[in-house]
Amino acid sequence: MMDAHGHAIVTRGLNLWYGPFQALIDVTAGIPHGLITSLIGPSGCGKTTLLRCFNRVNERFAYVRTTGAIELLGKNIYDPDVSLIELRKAVGMVFQRPNPLPISVYENVVFGLRIHSRRASLKRADLDAAVEQALTEVGLWKDLKDRLQVRATTLQLEQQQKLCIARLLPLKPEIILMDEPCSTLDVDGTRGIEELMFALKGRYTIVIVTHNMAQARRTSDECIFMLLGKVIEHTRTADLFLSPKSPRTAEYIEGRYG
Amino acid sequence: MTDPALSNPRTVGPRPRRRAWAVIGERALETVIRASGVSAILFVLAIFFFVFREAAPVLFSDDFNFLEFLFSAQWYPTSDINVRYGTWALTVGSFSVTALAMVLAVPFGLGAAIYISEFSGPRQRETLKITIELLAAIPSVVWGFIGLTVMSRIIVALTGAPVGVNLLNGGLILALMSVPIIVSIGEDALKAVPDSYREAAQALGATRWQIVFRVLLPAAKNGLLAAVLLGVGRAVGETMAVLMATGHAVHLPHSLVDSVRTLTANIAAELGEAPVGSSHYQVLFLTGVLLFCITFAVNLTADLVIRGVRRK
Repeated sequence: MMDAHGHAIVTRGLNLWYGPFQALIDVTAGIPHGLITSLIGPSGCGKTTLLRCFNRVNERFAYVRTTGAIELLGKNIYDPDVSLIELRKAVGMVFQRPNPLPISVYENVVFGLRIHSRRASLKRADLDAAVEQALTEVGLWKDLKDRLQVRATTLQLEQQQKLCIARLLPLKPEIILMDEPCSTLDVDGTRGIEELMFALKGRYTIVIVTHNMAQARRTSDECIFMLLGKVIEHTRTADLFLSPKSPRTAEYIEGRYG
Repeated sequence: MTDPALSNPRTVGPRPRRRAWAVIGERALETVIRASGVSAILFVLAIFFFVFREAAPVLFSDDFNFLEFLFSAQWYPTSDINVRYGTWALTVGSFSVTALAMVLAVPFGLGAAIYISEFSGPRQRETLKITIELLAAIPSVVWGFIGLTVMSRIIVALTGAPVGVNLLNGGLILALMSVPIIVSIGEDALKAVPDSYREAAQALGATRWQIVFRVLLPAAKNGLLAAVLLGVGRAVGETMAVLMATGHAVHLPHSLVDSVRTLTANIAAELGEAPVGSSHYQVLFLTGVLLFCITFAVNLTADLVIRGVRRK
């Protein structure tokens, strides 16, 4: 799912307000298809807000107002005929704190299938296969295949976060959004998630918000630097860290502020 | 870093010692708090002891049959020739009124809790919560009035029953009294579900109803069960309203419009007239012990169920 320039997501003149506060100012950017793009910037710069626009999950709060356009395959997701349910099927989200639902591992993985298909069309064998495939893909199958019925909230944090990624996969998303997915994990957990991101790259377009500049540098192909609601610089990650064009980017990646 | 004590550690004097009265005060407070915590156990045991002490003599008298007390429906406490102390009709009365009340109150109460917690806007939510708390604050005798006058007339008009004060009336009144408790405890339970669950489900494309049924109800089921059981507790223990609304006939009910009498109402109505120390008086206390055992069993089951659910 990409446009002529190889973009999976294109935002055009995107503005967003939380009540009277404008959190995104005229954001225009193209997220490349099949690659990992990181959003970096100091706290409050709007990077998480931008991420949450891509599957419109920030509209849970009534005081959010948006103008501008976000196109997925040339289709503006703010058009009135867009189904939020279909959009969120195609654009999965991983949150900062692992948030598996308080049900079994198995039910977490098939949750998406259950809510998006009629009961009669779900066969036990298909669900089993979906669970095995999703858990294999995130590297949890070996550890959890005998513990599919345990409550997901009792797993280790890293396993929980991987499970949160696994439960997106049966819905065959185009894009996976990750909001600081490693901020509650230790070094090993972070490595686990990053390796998983590399494994998923190519098949899925991944957008990751991170506070950790080293992580952005390690994992992403393109990098978007934001400041006070605006996109300051958007280029290949290697270029952004080696020869930033804007002095504000340079100062941020040197750690002068933020 | 302008404070000299911070920049130069050597100028820091010995740590000031706490005054003796502060230490003693704290110990005393701790003791008081511990005592008030433990006192709950003491009160329960004491209540059981004193009620049982009043009831005990009749248990050991020759002409008292314990099985008859539990399972006979004949209650003739003041008869001159044929005294009978069978509480079965009263137990059935209590259970049937409570069951009917719960059948009506649980769907309404949980529905209202879900609506208030998940669907209403902030202003509407506040209005509803205040109104429901107001409903909970209405004294039970006032509910009894409503049962006696308004509800009984409606029941006679709609069902053609000979009397309006009956099982249906008592059940409706008790349902109305239990709903506020179920709503407020249930709403607390739903509110306690972390928002991240809702967000996770919503980001997967779940609709509001799917979130309610697939995420919130499983996540909050302990709290919701507690809400229902508190409602049951309220219904079993309620006295004045059922005394006024159920018709007060010692009788095994055969239909919804039969009059019944509950264990609680029976004690309240007869204790004042029973001579202190008479066997009637003692049997009434024994009925109290029975009621106590029933509520204890309900609470214990609830506790075990919740623990069982939690372990899973």
